[in-house]
Amino acid sequence: MNEKKQETKLVSIPSPNKIPERDLGKMPVLEATHLGIDFGGLTAVEDFNIAISPTEIAGLIGPNGAGKTTVFNLLTKVYQPTRGAIFLDGKDTHGMNTIQVNRAGIARTFQNIRLFDKLTVEDNVKIGLHNHIEYGMWNGIFRLPKYWSEEKRAHEKALELLSIFDMQDMANVQAASLPYGAQRRLEIVRALATGPKLLLLDEPAAGMNPSETSELMDNIRQIRDTFGIAVMLIEHDMKLVMGICESIAVLNFGKIIAKGTPSEIQNNPEVIEAYLGKRKEV
Amino acid sequence: MLTYLINGISLGSVYAIIALGYTMVYGIAKMLNFAHGDVIMVGGYMAFCATSYLGWPAVPSVLFSVFVCTILGIVIEKLAYKPLRNATSLAVLITAIGVSYFLQNAALLIWTSNPKAFPNLVNFPGITIGSAQVSSVALVTIIACIVIMVALTLFTGKTKMGKAMRAVSEDKGAAQLMGINVNGTISLTFAIGSGLAAIAGVLLCSAYPTLMPTTGSMPGIKAFTAAVFGGIGSIPGAMLGGILLGIIEIYAKAYISTQLSDAIVFAVLIIVLIVKPTGLLGKKIKEKV
Repeated sequence: MNEKKQETKLVSIPSPNKIPERDLGKMPVLEATHLGIDFGGLTAVEDFNIAISPTEIAGLIGPNGAGKTTVFNLLTKVYQPTRGAIFLDGKDTHGMNTIQVNRAGIARTFQNIRLFDKLTVEDNVKIGLHNHIEYGMWNGIFRLPKYWSEEKRAHEKALELLSIFDMQDMANVQAASLPYGAQRRLEIVRALATGPKLLLLDEPAAGMNPSETSELMDNIRQIRDTFGIAVMLIEHDMKLVMGICESIAVLNFGKIIAKGTPSEIQNNPEVIEAYLGKRKEV
Repeated sequence: MLTYLINGISLGSVYAIIALGYTMVYGIAKMLNFAHGDVIMVGGYMAFCATSYLGWPAVPSVLFSVFVCTILGIVIEKLAYKPLRNATSLAVLITAIGVSYFLQNAALLIWTSNPKAFPNLVNFPGITIGSAQVSSVALVTIIACIVIMVALTLFTGKTKMGKAMRAVSEDKGAAQLMGINVNGTISLTFAIGSGLAAIAGVLLCSAYPTLMPTTGSMPGIKAFTAAVFGGIGSIPGAMLGGILLGIIEIYAKAYISTQLSDAIVFAVLIIVLIVKPTGLLGKKIKEKV
């Protein structure tokens, strides 16, 4: 316990990312410093440093098992970090739990879709809106005027959010019966509904075909522009990553091996080695 | 004939209200709360104390009983089950049995083993439908059951707390990441289940007016049976299971044998579970591959 407290006192490091011009001079929405976690004797993530500016689209890539999803789990406090600190809007999230981090502004989707299958599409979005619907227990039981007005507001908000992906017509469909691509999109809507400052997308394009993927790229940009939020995504589809990310961090064996703009990453010999292996001298 | 049916529905309504507590807690916390039957008994004693010792009229007594049981349910969950949230289901089950014995013995200590005569809280005359006499207690029980069923369906289906409950029952982790307070939601479930148990306790004691520390155990087990019968985890299932069980029990008592009625009830359960292992309205559980 004591050790943990000392570690979090580390001074935050200056952002090594290139800040997009529109975000110049603004405090990063997320800053992780020397973040690390051990599972037993295994170090899954080590010395992870990143700073994401308020409207940046950042990519986190790396070979399978590099620790990308673990980073997301650390940022959302599914795992408590063993070392290092996470600052959200400049505020230390030390000691916060998953719920508090969500309320503070981090929302995420999942690599393997985790929708509430038995609930309708609209109700899934309303779960995301839960903390923004303001009526209490008694209003709910006796259906006082406040219940009706708040539920109406939530309904409108849910449809508005669904319209990002043109899904308003599916509002009453059970989530489980949606086609795969729509389920992935619904997960994004549900995460957006929680009102995040930073949206974490875990392989949003997994299993999508090229035309769906390019549509998704537009959607992600549109979400960033309309909501003015930062997006951090894990993705294996290089076309998507190189196409929309303004900065990319490459993770291998739990460590960041490279950071930079898409073109810098594409030409980085270490990244090429991590993905393709070392070229043998003939 | 019709009288039996109405008596069956009335008894079944009590089982159904109790079964709702089992099924909701199972659906959301994925545990069998075997102390639920004893909360009924506490509910009965609370109403008894309020009327007999304090001289309160019926309605405040029932409300008092509901209030105490709601608090009791939350406290039981916080002290006994919450520390075991990540333990094996067997550990939680054993704890629930422990809580059940604790409540029974606490009641034994406070009210002794002498049966208490439960006061008549429902004092208006019954009605006659055709050839059937419907007692006022049966009437109140059936109405209470319908009101509870409708209210609960609306609550779980249409309010944000109800939706949160359903989300937690499906995926605690994902719910938490969407900012849902999972512990609060589980507490709320226990509160509702225990509040309903208090109502069931009052209704049960009004129909069978002897109150003992073990009063809750048999109806508790039968209501659990009803919940499994209807498909545990399903609210309409608990209702259907409870009412069917009540009707079967009354008809078995009337036409076959009073002594064998319980055996018949459980035999029906076994047959249903052999034919349909998930219960009448239970959904098939998806195997994760």
